[in-house]
Amino acid sequence: MMSAVRCINLCKTYRQGDVDIKALDHLSVEIEKGEFVCLMSPSGGGKTTLLNAIGGLDIPDSGEVWIAGERIDQMSKGELADLRLANIGFVFQAYNLIPVLTAQENVEFVMQVQGVRAAERRDKSFAILEEVGLKGLETRRPAEMSGGQQQRVAVARAIVSRPELVLADEPTANLDSKTSTELMELFTELNEHHNTTFVIATHDQRVQAYAKRLVRMLDGRIVDDVEQHAA
Amino acid sequence: MQMFFVLSRLAWRYLWRNHRRTIVMLSAIAVGTWAMIFMTALTRGMVDQMIVDGISVIPGHVQIHDPEYLDDPSVNNRVAFSDTELATRFDDAGFVAWAARVRVPAVVTSERESRGVTLLGIDPAAEESFSFVDYDNVDGRFLEGPDDKGIVLGAKLADTLETRVGKRVVLMSQDPDNEIADRGFRVVGLFHAEMEATEESYAFVGKHTAQKMLRIGDTVTEVVFLGDDYRDVEPVYSKVVGLVDDSVRVSRWTEVDTYLGTMMGMMDGFMLIWVIVIFLALSFGLVNTLVMAVFERIREIGLMLALGMKPSSILGQILIESMMLLAVGLAIGDLLAWATIKPLESGIDISVVAKGMEMFGAASVLYPNLDIDDVILSNVVVMILGFLASLSPAWRASRYEPVEAITKV
Repeated sequence: MMSAVRCINLCKTYRQGDVDIKALDHLSVEIEKGEFVCLMSPSGGGKTTLLNAIGGLDIPDSGEVWIAGERIDQMSKGELADLRLANIGFVFQAYNLIPVLTAQENVEFVMQVQGVRAAERRDKSFAILEEVGLKGLETRRPAEMSGGQQQRVAVARAIVSRPELVLADEPTANLDSKTSTELMELFTELNEHHNTTFVIATHDQRVQAYAKRLVRMLDGRIVDDVEQHAA
Repeated sequence: MQMFFVLSRLAWRYLWRNHRRTIVMLSAIAVGTWAMIFMTALTRGMVDQMIVDGISVIPGHVQIHDPEYLDDPSVNNRVAFSDTELATRFDDAGFVAWAARVRVPAVVTSERESRGVTLLGIDPAAEESFSFVDYDNVDGRFLEGPDDKGIVLGAKLADTLETRVGKRVVLMSQDPDNEIADRGFRVVGLFHAEMEATEESYAFVGKHTAQKMLRIGDTVTEVVFLGDDYRDVEPVYSKVVGLVDDSVRVSRWTEVDTYLGTMMGMMDGFMLIWVIVIFLALSFGLVNTLVMAVFERIREIGLMLALGMKPSSILGQILIESMMLLAVGLAIGDLLAWATIKPLESGIDISVVAKGMEMFGAASVLYPNLDIDDVILSNVVVMILGFLASLSPAWRASRYEPVEAITKV
């Protein structure tokens, strides 16, 4: 079976002042379609860098990144944009909504760029906002919503077009425990019912409990990679 | 098309995100546009008036002369056709108006003073379309026909000669044999013109009376033609050329009065320079606004790139934003210009500076002329230059790396 994500011998070094920091150090990992993977590490352990490399947001210094059988580390900016648009949903730590658009327009944004028809966009965006518990808040702008509501809009945007892969960087970092639980249950449902692959970078122990596979990182390397029964 | 709609909506919303800055920039564009159009309308009105006055005083739109006349405007250089031949050629040719006249240098003498003038021997009925003189606004009366034995002088010339209606003056010139040709005339009328220089320069007598005085039979020195628009005299010019032979020279008014012709050409050049100068001042504000607008939303640009928007779409979004800003500013500026120029089209009295204006041929009432071509030119130039000025900030925005932009604080 073709892997959803395959990273081979990735290296990435950042320079901070006079110090070189190895964010990824000859890291290799393979994630199958439908997996629910949690990347864990202390701060600076390399999980966000790995997530960015998988999403084509950052190019590693060396090594290969393959997504759904395509090597992406040598793609142009335009090709990477097309890949992200078609295959990957992103949820970032800070809510990262477009502030001048309403909740519904934020959810529709990716579909608009994809060229989905207006009626279909509208139906899907209303349905997904209801699914994430934001029915009735469609016309609110980000500044008029709480942190949890904003994060749920971001999640709705990431999953509305049913991407094969969802990358989430600390998705619960700014959420209360109730909202965090609801969000993770939503992720689990999508993973189980739609076979969507999830890769989540987090410190949050509650999130780890939902993962089927835990990958622990330290100084840019994988130090532990175990499967577990999800909560 | 859908992407254009997405980008347009984003651009419009971002434009009003910082509405105070947008309003300031819109005001600057609107005032700049207003200044461009208003000043152009004033200048265009002044130049048009100078040209129209100039054409009505002397050239008409097209003239025919003896080939030597323009270099030596003497009675020896007359048009080779008689009055009868001229009428046969031109009466049914479909001109707006045409007139044959005797125009030679002369001296007019009263009992106290003498002055050099241009003698115009005219048929008043044929000349009415060309003349700057309002026949009904003459002290005394204007000429009543080509056989009229009176003379009409300018009011200023009458002052200089210390003469008036009812008194006699002597007009003196040369006949074709270079002998003195003179005759006494009773002053029957004093005309008024926009400029004193015009009132001092011309003396009108009946055409037949002038022909008799100068002993030139039924010939004239000049035939003038009027078309529909002084800016496009080619149809009249071509028609006249087709009706005459090589014995005469056909000239456009721009060739007869090179000063006015040059002025009309200069006006278009001046207009373009004026628009560009104003835009250069505006462009600093425009570029600054765009740079700030991009700087404020680097994270959001990074987010859009991360979500799959292409760099070219980011470039398009910033350019559309700039074009919207300019379009709204231009529309307000155009409206302002229209609203301020229209009430002034009946004329602005600048008689306090009339002397100065007259030095370069302008009248003491200024009629602003809102020419749609000038409005289009200024709008198009601003849009094109605005597009070019916006390219740099838009290009920079499209070159951000998503991962760097998204983590910008």
